[in-house]
Amino acid sequence: MYGWTGTVLRVNLTEGTAIKEPLNPEYAKDYIGGRGLGTKYIADEVDPKADALGPENKLIYASGPLTGTMGISSGRHDIVAKGPLNDTIAASNSGGYFGPELKYAGYDLVIIEGKSEKPVYIYIYNDITEIRDAGELWGTDVHFATDKLLEETDQDAKVSCIGQAGENLVKIAAILNDKQRAAGRTGIGAVMGSKNLKALVVRGTGGVKIADKAAFIRTVQDARKKIKENPVTSGGLPAFGTNVLVNIINESGGFPTRNWQEAYFPEADKISGETQAKGNLVRNKGCAGCAIGCGRVEKAHGKFESSGEGPEYETTWAFGGDCGVSDINAILKANFLCNEMGLDTISMGSTIACAMELFEKGYITREDVGGDLSFGNAEAMVEMVKKTALREGFGDILAEGSYRLAERYGHPELSMSVKKQEMPAYDPRAIQGIGLNYATSNRGGCHVRGYTISPEILGLPMKMDPKSIDDKPGIVKIFQDLTSSISASGTCLFSSFAIGAGEIADELTATTGVKYSDEDVMKAGERIYNLERLYIMKAGYTGADDTLPPRLLNDPIPAGPSKGTVSHLMEMLPAYYEIRGWDEDGVPTAEKLEELGLTEYAL
Amino acid sequence: MNKTNRLLMIYPEKCISCGTCELACSLEKENEFKPSNSRISVLRFDMGVTVPMTCFQCDTPSCVAACRTGALVKDTETGIVNVNTEKCIGCRMCEMACPFGNIQYNASTKTPMKCDLCGGDPECAKYCPTGAIEYVPAESSVLKKKREFSAKIAAAISEVKV
Repeated sequence: MYGWTGTVLRVNLTEGTAIKEPLNPEYAKDYIGGRGLGTKYIADEVDPKADALGPENKLIYASGPLTGTMGISSGRHDIVAKGPLNDTIAASNSGGYFGPELKYAGYDLVIIEGKSEKPVYIYIYNDITEIRDAGELWGTDVHFATDKLLEETDQDAKVSCIGQAGENLVKIAAILNDKQRAAGRTGIGAVMGSKNLKALVVRGTGGVKIADKAAFIRTVQDARKKIKENPVTSGGLPAFGTNVLVNIINESGGFPTRNWQEAYFPEADKISGETQAKGNLVRNKGCAGCAIGCGRVEKAHGKFESSGEGPEYETTWAFGGDCGVSDINAILKANFLCNEMGLDTISMGSTIACAMELFEKGYITREDVGGDLSFGNAEAMVEMVKKTALREGFGDILAEGSYRLAERYGHPELSMSVKKQEMPAYDPRAIQGIGLNYATSNRGGCHVRGYTISPEILGLPMKMDPKSIDDKPGIVKIFQDLTSSISASGTCLFSSFAIGAGEIADELTATTGVKYSDEDVMKAGERIYNLERLYIMKAGYTGADDTLPPRLLNDPIPAGPSKGTVSHLMEMLPAYYEIRGWDEDGVPTAEKLEELGLTEYAL
Repeated sequence: MNKTNRLLMIYPEKCISCGTCELACSLEKENEFKPSNSRISVLRFDMGVTVPMTCFQCDTPSCVAACRTGALVKDTETGIVNVNTEKCIGCRMCEMACPFGNIQYNASTKTPMKCDLCGGDPECAKYCPTGAIEYVPAESSVLKKKREFSAKIAAAISEVKV
């Protein structure tokens, strides 16, 4: 095969076996790779009712056909499993250099099954796979473990591992690769921990072959030109990283503040991308094959002195505005701790923000928390990150995520989550389309399932009024489907500010030799989206769960540029279902399943 | 090709670690994306520090001096150190001799792999997204570096009130 390596590696930790099998070319064509293929295998092999932290769950590392090529920003991989935070399908995407290495070792997918009796890591060197003892690494952080694993294996290998959070089955634990890049969301790190698996270490010296070199070069040169000419991919992102959004979203009046009680943070500029570029940025960094280079290497100063990669905008928001913290150094420190201990920054920050509101309203006390946890208490926030990863004291409760936290103290409505996963950084009361995306995202509250911020705020590829609900159901569907395909191909979502289905189709065709039209790309995305939908419905979700926290539906934004607005989700949802070919309960119709070739997965 | 008056200038401080150069090189030389066989390597360190490394086409190349069969030849016209694969016996002396690790013996094809500047149109420089690799006139390359650094000094001086 071209693009795809054509080989799937299946490692069973219960049996201690590693077996290669061919990739089914029909699956490859229909689901592309990454999130798509991973979801297909999970849907076929893991019972939707299975215990996400039980040995019956599987952890699938999935690259795309473009991963490891010179396709546009195509250094990505997905990690797919049933997710422990909320029992949805967990597909967490990450950049860095790990995904390409998996391809160079010869694998499209690595499916990890069962559970080891004792802590182990998996070492793949091209054809050879070993399951090795990780006893001495258990309890260590991501950076220490990565250095140690490189010493034990090959300095040129790439490491994807968990920190203490994943080992402790923290439900918002991430898997980090190349020390600093996170498959962050859905608590996927806990699945790895539940298998007693510390790390997957890969060294590959092979290559990725492509079908049509001339067409590939032509396509990539054209697409790179578009990346270079686009103001976001060549201007805002390289200059300020995703933090370019801090001031933009705040000025739109959609910057959730103090656990979403407000939507405007007067001190936003203290934590903005512009401020970071002046005082904290050391240099830019790009993932494998990336022409954008939005990654940040930064330093925190003063009492929070530390260094590392990040933050992303959503991290700055979660530990910043959402916690009422305006000290950029504290935000950076919290971010670096999450990377080192293996936590999802969005869910971590939001869960602390939720605890802060519970604290201020008197629903939890100093005794519960072990001290003060008021909004703006930067020291307490940083401390809570460590406690959560280690499940120490109040951290043991935070480790369950904001929904279980708020429910435990009798106020589940204060968890700013959808389907138990925390929503990031964009207030649906001020930006209507993103609310519909949050409500219908298959893994719960998530911005990278359908980033309507692009048209609603940035005006790309066309300008839409963020306050209006007109045409939002249609655009949400398009963005959700296109995103599914982009991720499945191994491409970074950020490329889509400048390129679309056409470029992805051309890249896929030139790379794989399988003819993809624009429509094929959109259809594959829709197929992936519907398969995810069916899976989570079998896991127990219904249309009633396609909602937002009551605060966003009922309480108007109290101040700022979007004062007085609420989310009009319920006015958009029926139209969205209809456009999707779902019935009024949000269930994909028989006709839709037939059209997508998903009949066998009907409820 | 005319006598080369251009050379590859690498600016590690501009490099963002993406490794596009390795991909472009291996596609050109191997017809696949295969960084392990790229003639340019991106070495990554902590804090995002990255150094791309490739053959410097030395004026007195150790690899050529070490080669006993004349398989490595410095072309005095173009300045490129070329490999004559027919003469190579696979002794790996060139690998041992290069002080920089910029020539690598490929055991499967039984030939040394090294940069030949793509015969005068290097792919790595063509695709580098940040200008960290440039193929520039030899005379102006150092001057350019000097100018860029002196601009920083100039900026610092202009901030100081006299």
